[in-house]
Amino acid sequence: MASHKMSARDVNVFYGEKQAIRNVSIDVDKENVTAFIGPSGCGKSTFLRTLNRMNDTVVGCRTEGRIELDGEDIYASEMDVVLLRARVGMVFQKPNPFPKSIYENIAYGPRIHGLAENKSAMDHVVETSLHRAGLWNEVKDRLQESGTALSGGQQQRLCIARAIAVDPEVILMDEPCSALDPIATAKIEELITELRGRFAIVIVTHNMQQAARVSQRTAFFHLGELVEYGATADIFTNPTQTRTQDYITGRYG
Amino acid sequence: MPLSMIAVIVLALGAIAFAAARSKARLFKPVGTERLHSRPNYHAAHMLLWVVVPALIFVAMWSFVAPRLINQSILTSPAASELPPPGIERDAVLNEIRDLATGKLEVSFNPAAEQLAPVYRDARDHYTILGGIAAALLAYAGGGYAWTRLRREFRARNRVERAVMVVLVAASLIAIFTTFGIVISLLFESLLFFQKVSPAEFFFSLEWSPQTAMRADQVGSSGAFGAVPLFWGTIFIGAIIAMIVAIPLGLMSAIYLTQYARPRFRAWMKPLLEMLAGVPTVVYGYFAALTVAPAIRDAATWAGIPGASSESALAAGVVMGVMIIPFVSSMADDSLAAVPQAMKDGSLALGATPSETIRRVLVPAALPGVVGGVLLAVSRAIGETMIVVMAAGMAANLTLNPFATVTTVTTQIVALLTGDQEFDSAKTLAAFALGLTLLIVTLILNIIALRVVKKYREAYE
Repeated sequence: MASHKMSARDVNVFYGEKQAIRNVSIDVDKENVTAFIGPSGCGKSTFLRTLNRMNDTVVGCRTEGRIELDGEDIYASEMDVVLLRARVGMVFQKPNPFPKSIYENIAYGPRIHGLAENKSAMDHVVETSLHRAGLWNEVKDRLQESGTALSGGQQQRLCIARAIAVDPEVILMDEPCSALDPIATAKIEELITELRGRFAIVIVTHNMQQAARVSQRTAFFHLGELVEYGATADIFTNPTQTRTQDYITGRYG
Repeated sequence: MPLSMIAVIVLALGAIAFAAARSKARLFKPVGTERLHSRPNYHAAHMLLWVVVPALIFVAMWSFVAPRLINQSILTSPAASELPPPGIERDAVLNEIRDLATGKLEVSFNPAAEQLAPVYRDARDHYTILGGIAAALLAYAGGGYAWTRLRREFRARNRVERAVMVVLVAASLIAIFTTFGIVISLLFESLLFFQKVSPAEFFFSLEWSPQTAMRADQVGSSGAFGAVPLFWGTIFIGAIIAMIVAIPLGLMSAIYLTQYARPRFRAWMKPLLEMLAGVPTVVYGYFAALTVAPAIRDAATWAGIPGASSESALAAGVVMGVMIIPFVSSMADDSLAAVPQAMKDGSLALGATPSETIRRVLVPAALPGVVGGVLLAVSRAIGETMIVVMAAGMAANLTLNPFATVTTVTTQIVALLTGDQEFDSAKTLAAFALGLTLLIVTLILNIIALRVVKKYREAYE
């Protein structure tokens, strides 16, 4: 029985008057990769962004309901959003390295959170993070070059390494491969599989094969509702809802 | 009949030609499936251009030639033998004749003018009628040519489009040629100056005292044209004190407006801030001279700072800095807004606070744009005249004390040109050399700033 890392109860999200998420309740496992799938505009990315309160930065966005991280309400007034985001990291759709050196991209998070005492400790954090993201061998000789000079796939792995460097508990990935070619995508998927167990991972994807390849749990969203949530194998072979079945067999989406 | 009447007649002919061409072009019918190339309005506009443009160009040229022809006929008339020889005096009489003939003068000082006024009137009427006939003939000729081409297949639309383009090109060339004209006239006068004063003295000598002797026996006004104290004063006020005020205030207000302010507050605040740029500089000058400068002097005297003057570099610089805030702020605003949201999100998602995100990610990423804005602001500040004329003073001091009085290039230009000197004295010509120096420096600053900003824009597109 997998233990729950995060759980959401009756979450509603509004953009101004428009409701984007309706009564979503879901649990995210600690040891598994959870995939959110669904057609464009179904609210899967919006819901993902509620899990580390990135929607707070969107003007006019309002969240209702309860979301817990290890039993703590992350929308409670005592919750510090800066610490929350250090615990729940995020990787975005388009690789967004800072216009700094590769080294500085990784060191950015540890530095603001005071995770490294001195230069050699920081070197260690940078090296470990790049190793875990499978990028070390490609960039070890050019750590001082700009992060924006890397290829798209390398940039995305740099962003994953950057998230890992803060030592989060959960990593949220918002369509991390949609801007990448198939070979870079395969590398990221491999990386996700390696990271599983060390971090709770939630990945939003519009690519159903990808969900099937990397995840153990899958949630299907449609029109702001959570239609079905279960083991990935069940969702893809034996869905209980006709809407899920229609989507995965390609009738719409 | 004045020349403007001729122009009106030409335009009237143009209107008739336009109407005629349009009604003829309306009768064109397409053949088979082919569509008409040009609609009637294009045929009519083509006709109008041929009638009006050559005739108006002629009228414009005639308005330069005719006065000379009129003078010629006055000088060849028998009564002209009493006129003085060519020179200033004869020109004065000719002017008098013209003013008598057109009724600006009622009595003449010169008896010859009285006699020649009717000659002027006759000559003027003669040449105006001649010009009018020529303009009308040109209009008819142009119209006739265009009329022969007025056929169904004629591609009038392309011709009209090309004429529009020529007008636009001409409009932009006027601005460019004016700039060249300014540079050339400055260059010419500056060369005259550098024949009297060596460039080495002007650019490197430390003494500025532009009083030159008006009479050979005058004492104590030998003239010294070392512009270094002026350059220093300009840099001290415009590039140092003003920027110490404008850069932090402008940058911080831009950060507040782009990152923290609610949209409704921003919608109010931004135009309000930009209004600072619309305040006439003479108003800033009053403010600097009457309010800021005395306050600074009193404070400095109270604090026991030596050399405090009521026309201090600090007063002029601070007020100029306030004037420059909108430039820095709006450039910084643009470049902060151009940093992709993804960059900001990436930092926030790592648990950085908004101020950490601004300090470590947004500002470094926006820095080239900010630098460009600052350079533009500097180039504006050193060329600014009114504030320093009113608040900075005249004494050319080479000092680091911001409470002392210094002078700037623009202040001195004003001072040099408002004297009662001969126009070819070294003192007056020095103003052109100063102006040229200022123009070149601001031009270079602008070019660098635009390059920096452009390069930065490319980085995010």
